[in-house]
Amino acid sequence: MSERAASVTPAEEQHDDHEETTADSREPGDEGGPDDEAEPTPVATGAEAVVRALENAGVEYAFGVQGGAIMPVYDALYDSDVYHVTMAHEQGASHAADAYGIVSGEPGVCLATSGPGATNLVTGIADADMDSDPMIALTGQVPTEFVGNDAFQETDTIGVTTPVTKDNTFSTDADRVGTDVSEAFALAREGRPGPTLVDLPKDVTNGETDREPDEPRVPDTYEVQERADSEIVAAAAERIENAARPIMLLGGGVIKGEASDVCREFAIEHEIPVVTTMPGLGSFPEDHELAMEMAGMHGTGYANMAITHCDTMIAVGTRFDDRLTGGIETFAPDAEVIHVDIDPAEISKNIHADYPLVGDAGTVVEQLAEAVETSPQATKWRAQCQQWKSDYSMAYDAPEDEPVRPEFVVEALDEATSDRAIVTTGVGQHQMWACQYWTFTEPRTWVSSHGLGAMGYGLPAAIGARLAADDDQEVVCVDGDGSFLMTMQGLSVAVRENLDITVVVLNNEYIGMVRQWQDAFFEGRHSASDYGWMPEFDKLAEAFGAQGYRIDDYDDVADTIADALAYDGPSVIDAHIDPQANVYPMVPSGGDNGQFALTEDQL
Amino acid sequence: MSGGLEGPPPEERPTPEGRRNKQGIRIDPEVEATHEPRRTVISALVEHEPGVLAEVSGLFSRRQFNIESLTVGPTTDDDRARITLVVEEPDPGIDQVKKQLRKLIPVISVRELEPDAMRRELALVKVDADRPDQVAAVADMYDAKTVDSSPETATFEVTGARQKIDAAIETFGQFGIREISRTGTTALARGTDETAGREPAAAVSSAETANQTTYTQTHTDD
Ligand SMILES: Cc1ncc(C[n+]2csc(CCOP(=O)(O)OP(=O)(O)O)c2C)c(N)n1
Ligand SMILES: [Mg+2]
Repeated sequence: MSERAASVTPAEEQHDDHEETTADSREPGDEGGPDDEAEPTPVATGAEAVVRALENAGVEYAFGVQGGAIMPVYDALYDSDVYHVTMAHEQGASHAADAYGIVSGEPGVCLATSGPGATNLVTGIADADMDSDPMIALTGQVPTEFVGNDAFQETDTIGVTTPVTKDNTFSTDADRVGTDVSEAFALAREGRPGPTLVDLPKDVTNGETDREPDEPRVPDTYEVQERADSEIVAAAAERIENAARPIMLLGGGVIKGEASDVCREFAIEHEIPVVTTMPGLGSFPEDHELAMEMAGMHGTGYANMAITHCDTMIAVGTRFDDRLTGGIETFAPDAEVIHVDIDPAEISKNIHADYPLVGDAGTVVEQLAEAVETSPQATKWRAQCQQWKSDYSMAYDAPEDEPVRPEFVVEALDEATSDRAIVTTGVGQHQMWACQYWTFTEPRTWVSSHGLGAMGYGLPAAIGARLAADDDQEVVCVDGDGSFLMTMQGLSVAVRENLDITVVVLNNEYIGMVRQWQDAFFEGRHSASDYGWMPEFDKLAEAFGAQGYRIDDYDDVADTIADALAYDGPSVIDAHIDPQANVYPMVPSGGDNGQFALTEDQL
Repeated sequence: MSGGLEGPPPEERPTPEGRRNKQGIRIDPEVEATHEPRRTVISALVEHEPGVLAEVSGLFSRRQFNIESLTVGPTTDDDRARITLVVEEPDPGIDQVKKQLRKLIPVISVRELEPDAMRRELALVKVDADRPDQVAAVADMYDAKTVDSSPETATFEVTGARQKIDAAIETFGQFGIREISRTGTTALARGTDETAGREPAAAVSSAETANQTTYTQTHTDD
C-alpha cells in the first residue's frame, strides 16, 4: 500500500483539475457565455440529458455501481466532469451519497442498475428519508416495453421506494428525463430535505433528444413557508420573556437550515441552556457553559433533567423522535412548547406545540430574536442546570490494569483531531459513546444513522464525507465490529481512491448494544449477540491495501491514534475494548427521561 | 457488567407535576378533553398521473390512519383528479392526515369538508327476486332504480348519503341479498364554497396550523 499512497490517485487528480474547471465555469453570469471554454456540447440522448442535469446542478461527485439498465447513463458520465466513485456495494453508494449531502449541504448523488442494484440502495435511501438528508438516487430500469413483465432484473423500484423517498419519478420520455432529474435534485434540497429518486428505463436513456434539461426547480405544487406567523412569534416571544426555566432544544433541522449561528447567538444573548437531539449534535458548542449536550435514551443525565423540568421549550428543527422523548406522557410535562419546523406535519405530530412556528429555522429564530425584548429571569434555573452537570457528570473510571474503556478511545481520538474533524459511525454502543464522549462544536461534523439506525453506515459514510470535506478536516469513523463487518468491502474503494480516513473499530466481539439489552431485559441470555470470534481487522485492512493498527492496552492508545491519523490514506485501528462495557445513562424505551438509569440495577 | 455512572439515583430526583396525554398534549384543566375519533370527509385535488392513488393509499396504511373509503375520479381539468376520503380519527389524527396528504408532491390542495357538505354514494344491490312486488315497494321507498332483473334476481341502484344506503341494504336484506357493491362516498362543498381548490397547499396548511394553537383555542378551520 505504500506504493499506492505515493502515487497520485485518480481521485486526487480528477478532483484537483475538476475544481479548477468548476471554479471558472461557475462564475455568476458566465453560464453558457459564447467564449466560455467549458461550453457544453448539446445533448443527444436521454442519458446525456440526465448527466447534463447533474452538471447544471453543480454536482461534483456521484457514487454507484454499474449494471445493464443504467449503462447508458454511465456511458454519458464517461465524458463528464462529474467524478464517479465506483463503490463495492450499492448500499455503500447510498450511504456515501447521504454523508456527502450531510457534510456539503448539497444533495449527494448515487446510481445503481435496476433490480438488485436498486434494492441494494434502499437502506441508504431509507436512512436519508428518516434523517431528512438531501440525496438523489438514479436507478436504471428495464426498457418500458418490458415493465410489468417480470423482466430480467426488473423490480418495481417506484413501488419499493415510495414509502422511503420524499418523491420519486418514473421517467417516460427522453425529452423530459433531464428535467425530471433537475426537478428531483431541487426537491431533494428545498424545504425539508430528503431523498428523491428517478427511475430511468433504458429506452428512455437511450432515446434521442436534443432537449436540454430545465434549471433545477421544484414543481408548482411544492411550496415552502419561510417565515412564521408574526402573531404566534409575538406570543412565543412573550412566553420566552416570562419563562422561569427555559431551554432550547436544537435538532438536526438547525444544521440543515444553516441556523446554528443564529441559535447560538440567541441562546447566549438570553442565557438559555441548550439541549440537542442526536442529529442536532454540533449545532451548539458542547464546551460552552450553556451546553447541556444530548438528551434522550442515552443522553446525558443533565440534559434529561433539564428537558424534564423546563417550563418553556424552544424546540427548533426536531421531530420529537421516540428515542428523544421516551414516554410521551412524561416528556417535558411542565413545558409550553414553542416548535419551529419547516414541515407543518411535524408540528403537534408527537408533542403538542403550544406555539406552532412553521418556517425556516434560521428565519424563524431571527424573528424570535427580534421579538424578544427582555431575557428570561432564569438565574436560579441556570444554577440548577450547572448543579445537574456536576451531579450527573459523565466521568468514568479507567483503571490501568483493566481492558481499555471505549470512552477513553473516543476522547483520545477527539483530542488528537481538530475541532472541525468529521465523525461517522455505525450503529450500536460505539455510536452512543461517540455521541457522549466526543465534544462537538461545529455543525456538519457529526455524520450518523439516527432515525433508521443502520449498522454498516460508518465506512461508506466516511467515504462520502471525505469527498465533501475540506482537505484540512480529518474524517474518522468510530465503528463497531459488527457494523464494520456489514460494509467493510468499502475499504477497497477507500484504498483505490486513496481517501484519507481513519476507522477506529471499537471491538468488543459483541453485538454489544444487543448484549447490553439482553443483560438488562432478557436475563443475560446472549442469543445471537456473542460473536466470540472476530477477524483481525488490522490484518484485514492490510489485505485491502489500507494501513492496519491494533490497540490492546491503554499505553497503545495515544500513539496508535497519532500514527493512524498521520498516515495519508485509509487506516483501520482494531481497538480491543472492554467487552463488558455498557452505555449509560439509559432511559429504557418508552421510559421517563427524568428517571434515566445510571447503572443496570436502576433500570 | 462494567460501566455505570455516579449520581443521585432515580428515586432521589425531583419529579415534575405535569403530564401529557398520549397525543402529546399537556393535561391541564383547559385542554383536558381527550379527543374522540370522529368521521369526516377530506377532499384532495391531485395531479392526474399514474401512481397517485397508490401513493395516497400507501400513506394511509403506512401511517395507520383509519380510512373508511377512498374514491377517485377525473375533474373538468384533464390534468387533475379529485380524491375523496372518509376518515375516522381524533382531531390530532385528522390534522395529521391533512398535513401528510399535503406533503405528497402530486397533491395540489387538501380540505376537510364542512359537516353540511353534499355527500353521496352509489350502491348496486342484487337480491333474490322471489317476491317481486315487495322488492319493488322497498326499491320505491329508497328511490332505487332497477338496473337488471332476471327470473331469479333483481339488481337495484341506490344513491344517497351513507346512512340512506345502509338503511336500504338493511331493508333489502329481508329478501336475501346475493351481492352488493358500493362506490364509497364522494362529496362536494355547498354553494360557492370551494371543495379543494387550486390554492397552494402550503398556504392553507399554515393558516390551519395557526388556528390550532392552544393560546387562541380556536378551531375555526373545521
Ligand atoms: C442493519 C442493522 N441490523 C441490525 C441492527 C440491530 N442492532 C442494533 S445495535 C446492534 C449491535 C451492533 O454491533 P456493533 O456494530 O459491534 O456495535 P456495538 O454495539 O458492539 O458497539 C444491532 C445488531 C441494526 N441497528 N442495523
Ligand atoms: Mg461490537
